[in-house]
Amino acid sequence: MQRVSSAVPARSGRGIGTGLVAAAVVGVASALTTVLVSAFLLSILTRFEPRLELGWPLLLGLALGAGIGIFRRGKNSSRAATLSLGLAAALVWLLLNALDPLELGAAGLHWSLVAAFGSMLLAAQLTRYGLRDIDLSNLRRDRLEVILLRLLRGAGFVFFLTIVIFPFYFMVVSSLKPRALYLQDPTLLSVDFGRGLSELLVGYREVLVRFDFAHYILNSTTVALATVVITLTLAILGAYAVTRLRFPGRGVLSRSILLIYMFPAIVLVVPLYSIFTQVGLRDTLYGLLIVYPATTIPVALYMLRSYFQTLPADLEEAGLIDGCTRAGVIWRITLPLSLPAIASVGLYVFMIAWNEFLFAFMFLDSPELFTLPRGMVNLNSQEVPRQFLMAGAVIVTVPVMVLFFWFERYLVGGLTAGGVKG
Amino acid sequence: MARERRIRGGLEARERRLALLMLAPAFTIVFLVVLFPVLANFWISLKEVRLGDLRAPTAVLRERVVSEPEEPGDHFVLNYLLRNSSPRGPITNVRIDATLPPGLEPVAIDERCRVEAGALSCDLGRWEGGHIGRLELEFLAGPDFFEAQLDERSPTDAHISGRPIGVLGSLDFTLENFRHVLSGSEFWPAFWVTIVYTVGGSVFSILLGLFAAQLLNASFPGQGLLRGLFLFPYIAPVIAVAFTWAFFLDPFSGSLNLLAVEHGIFDRPISFLSQRNVDFNLFGVAFEVPLALSTVIAFEAWRYFPFAFLFILARFQAMPKDMFEAAEVDGATPFQQFRWVTLPQLVGVLSTLFLLRFIWTFNKFDDIFLLTGGAAGTETLTIRVYDYAFAQANIGAGAATAVILFIILAIFMVLYFKFVPEEA
Repeated sequence: MQRVSSAVPARSGRGIGTGLVAAAVVGVASALTTVLVSAFLLSILTRFEPRLELGWPLLLGLALGAGIGIFRRGKNSSRAATLSLGLAAALVWLLLNALDPLELGAAGLHWSLVAAFGSMLLAAQLTRYGLRDIDLSNLRRDRLEVILLRLLRGAGFVFFLTIVIFPFYFMVVSSLKPRALYLQDPTLLSVDFGRGLSELLVGYREVLVRFDFAHYILNSTTVALATVVITLTLAILGAYAVTRLRFPGRGVLSRSILLIYMFPAIVLVVPLYSIFTQVGLRDTLYGLLIVYPATTIPVALYMLRSYFQTLPADLEEAGLIDGCTRAGVIWRITLPLSLPAIASVGLYVFMIAWNEFLFAFMFLDSPELFTLPRGMVNLNSQEVPRQFLMAGAVIVTVPVMVLFFWFERYLVGGLTAGGVKG
Repeated sequence: MARERRIRGGLEARERRLALLMLAPAFTIVFLVVLFPVLANFWISLKEVRLGDLRAPTAVLRERVVSEPEEPGDHFVLNYLLRNSSPRGPITNVRIDATLPPGLEPVAIDERCRVEAGALSCDLGRWEGGHIGRLELEFLAGPDFFEAQLDERSPTDAHISGRPIGVLGSLDFTLENFRHVLSGSEFWPAFWVTIVYTVGGSVFSILLGLFAAQLLNASFPGQGLLRGLFLFPYIAPVIAVAFTWAFFLDPFSGSLNLLAVEHGIFDRPISFLSQRNVDFNLFGVAFEVPLALSTVIAFEAWRYFPFAFLFILARFQAMPKDMFEAAEVDGATPFQQFRWVTLPQLVGVLSTLFLLRFIWTFNKFDDIFLLTGGAAGTETLTIRVYDYAFAQANIGAGAATAVILFIILAIFMVLYFKFVPEEA
């Protein structure tokens, strides 16, 4: 079967044998991934725990890869060949395992069929995709690396999607399950909608009403919104002065803004605690409304300054010449032009104030003043079921997530512009 | 000429004034809440202050009737019991003002007190911390005395006032806090834990971020959605995700342990957040891995990789494509391209990221506090600050630790501003 590349012998690679081995490796990786993912999804979707024998998926993947490597037109495989190989693999898997390859048992035949066809067709498609534009009969080193990179990419996507989605999925599912169900079914990963909505949401009802989270939501929203307003007002004024006006010390100031942002919160906590205790600002929301703007102003000022610098000064000068006052220029020209930047800074400040834990934890003692993160601390006790704790976590997280997805474009711009802290 | 210069000078002065006016509010609040506390920290670290000393000392007075007259001509004896509420803070200008009930003639009163027109006043001067005292006052009761109703609890309606000097305000300084902190057995272990945690957390979060940025550095449908998803760990409130991790990893009811034990991956549940070390046996060589610390570092890498990811992705997208094309024409394999074309262009952003992450991880308190509370070999310097100041109620030692933390940090900041160009 050896075919020698006629054109450039010096750069000729290995023969079709190597190519088929590479194809088989891609097939095995694809099949194992899809089978694992479908087993995982099944354990979420059905309340049955799949048992996985990896031997068959491994062999089938090998065959899939080799098959897709053989049935090729030039550097690519045809769609038809891929489809039929995938179907064949699924059928073989089903028949060899008595129509229940994942041992779902009572969950029913339809889940087995979905899992088998889904995973094998997807595996075939992934293999085809992994081998596209690659000449298997003449596999040079760089093409081999391309295949390896594609495998790595695939693994990377699975890995990152898992670590990014799973914790939040886990949070939501746990918030819907009472303790008795945990112990009964330690996989914990599915939601039994048959129990009825009101029973599912018991945790939320308890947390919102009995633990007064409804009140904390109000506190958190008030504090976060007020922080945004204060921070934006002061930072816009400051950033404008730093970019547009000349005054002694401008250079030093503009370089040291970010420096302030690196001051550790824990270093501030001890003296602020002492001072606030003495002047009676501890255990008030006003205390937080002083601390939050102060800690977010430097970065807000920095981000706005970077943006103002990109605005042409000519427009403002024209406005000044036409008889506008400075305030008029800022209000009518600068602010409308920088709305996107202001939106992103505002969102970012909201996020910080909403998520802030340390100062709220140290300063607030009276339950009627608690913000959400402070309220969460009280849920973390042996007497409170974990279900409630997770319901609380969902309640704290969801508003930030929604806001974030809504304004994602702005926020990403803001995050990169400011070199934002965390 | 001169006139023009004068006008321009006037304009410049106005501009300066306007600038200062616009910066003043931001500067004031930042100064009060950020810069002043840092200075205050230095001040507090030089004093022996306990949490209880923070409340300003107050002078406390309680009246006690010792002997009540039965009929006109008897003696009315009254005691003032006096106390400084603070064990250490002195109070100056202590003064008592009281109104005597009618019909009382002073017989024997303390020399610091005077009676004028039915009003009693005493100047008691300065009280040291922990002062306790008693004033005895003896009066002769006339017939008028029996006419009026007497309030048993405060027959003379005495008020005490004074100017407290908080422990913080005094001018005695001591290095005792620093000695206490540096000679304590916890300091150096905490220092090394901080270094390991900081370096580990920074490096792994940047590596993950680099990998993630590589994945998304291509245009395909759903790329924007994925980018949003990848930021989740970073924007979620730390308290929510920390509790979720803690619950997931819990040795008794956490799903990870339940699953792993059921499938025979672990022999018995592993408590990731409260077990200091775990023994590994790799190729016959026994290792001891700090388990809780590694878990906390993993959390750090997970939570902050999106930060590195965003920066590196932005850098990727600014890279000129033709360099890669040229490299490909020259026969460079993908890995060679990464090594010789991509990596050199990333050096700047990677070193900036490392410094930023290093500084911020060094400062981190919330994450470890919520995950382990500093137990099982995860006690960092920030946790020590909290532990001294609030768990042991030794504000002075907490401030001293914070000062040490701040000095180490200042060194890194100097490095940062030396090596990172302004517009990085």
